[in-house]
Amino acid sequence: MEVTVAWYLTLGAVLFTLGAVGLLVRRNPLVMFMCIELMLNAVNLTFVSLGDELGDLGGQLSVFFVLVVAAAEVVIGLGIIVAIMRRRSGATADDLSVLRG
Amino acid sequence: MDAAVFIVSAVIVLSGAFGVLLARNPIHAALFLVQSVFGVAVLFLLLEATFLAAVQVIVYAGAIVILFLFVIMLLGVDRAEDLDIEPIAGQRPLAIVIGAGILGTTLSALLVAVGGPTGAPTANAPLGDAGDNAQRLGEALFTDYVFAVELTALLLTVAVVGAVVLVRRLGGPLQPLPVVAVATEPRGADDDTVGEPDPDPDQEGDA
Repeated sequence: MEVTVAWYLTLGAVLFTLGAVGLLVRRNPLVMFMCIELMLNAVNLTFVSLGDELGDLGGQLSVFFVLVVAAAEVVIGLGIIVAIMRRRSGATADDLSVLRG
Repeated sequence: MDAAVFIVSAVIVLSGAFGVLLARNPIHAALFLVQSVFGVAVLFLLLEATFLAAVQVIVYAGAIVILFLFVIMLLGVDRAEDLDIEPIAGQRPLAIVIGAGILGTTLSALLVAVGGPTGAPTANAPLGDAGDNAQRLGEALFTDYVFAVELTALLLTVAVVGAVVLVRRLGGPLQPLPVVAVATEPRGADDDTVGEPDPDPDQEGDA
């Protein structure tokens, strides 16, 4: 049985969907962040498999930059979460609907 | 053989993703994320992207998830979350409907694209075999994509500076912003308008 690119794309789509549903359902901001990481992973998988299909290195190069952006995003996002949690511990995403200064 | 590896790692990836979705404890969610990320790294190896497989393990499992765990421990938010509470009525069914929509859209778009990918392979960055993967990536990054590499360096610098600014501990009670601090009103009156978020930074220890 040959593993075609369609298998990888299907897995990527399912993984992306799971991440998106988790982002919508969960209320803990940290877990929501992890779901974003799942979505980024799904996109990375799609990039690499399509690059493999086309015989192009561009897919892997894109994944490299996605990784860098993901690292920067996690640093900033966790900094924001730490800053929020210092103000009100145990805050969920629903508690943050009042965004006044 | 390839199919067996793919199926096993796909099961690992998807069960890890479900674990992140369903774990009550954030630490368990982080560990399930490691499982999912390792599965994706195995799939990268299967696609002969050896350098990215290594980077995936090092950056995601080694750095990002550790950062998550640090923040969970630091904030003490490792209490189990009651997943039965549904704060917005109809949120979960709506989320599942939206998820089904996303799945249908991406699947149809991606699988239609398999029939005829519209892109043409670039002339100067062909895909090598697994052996010289890292060399080819490095050559492409530091010749054709060197400007983008410089931009990512700038981005990382901005991220580091931003993180330091965000979590910096101000000395004493929180100061009003410098513009507000013009002596139009005394400091005490200004504090009263702050409202519910406790302006005293010394109380953050009782998480």
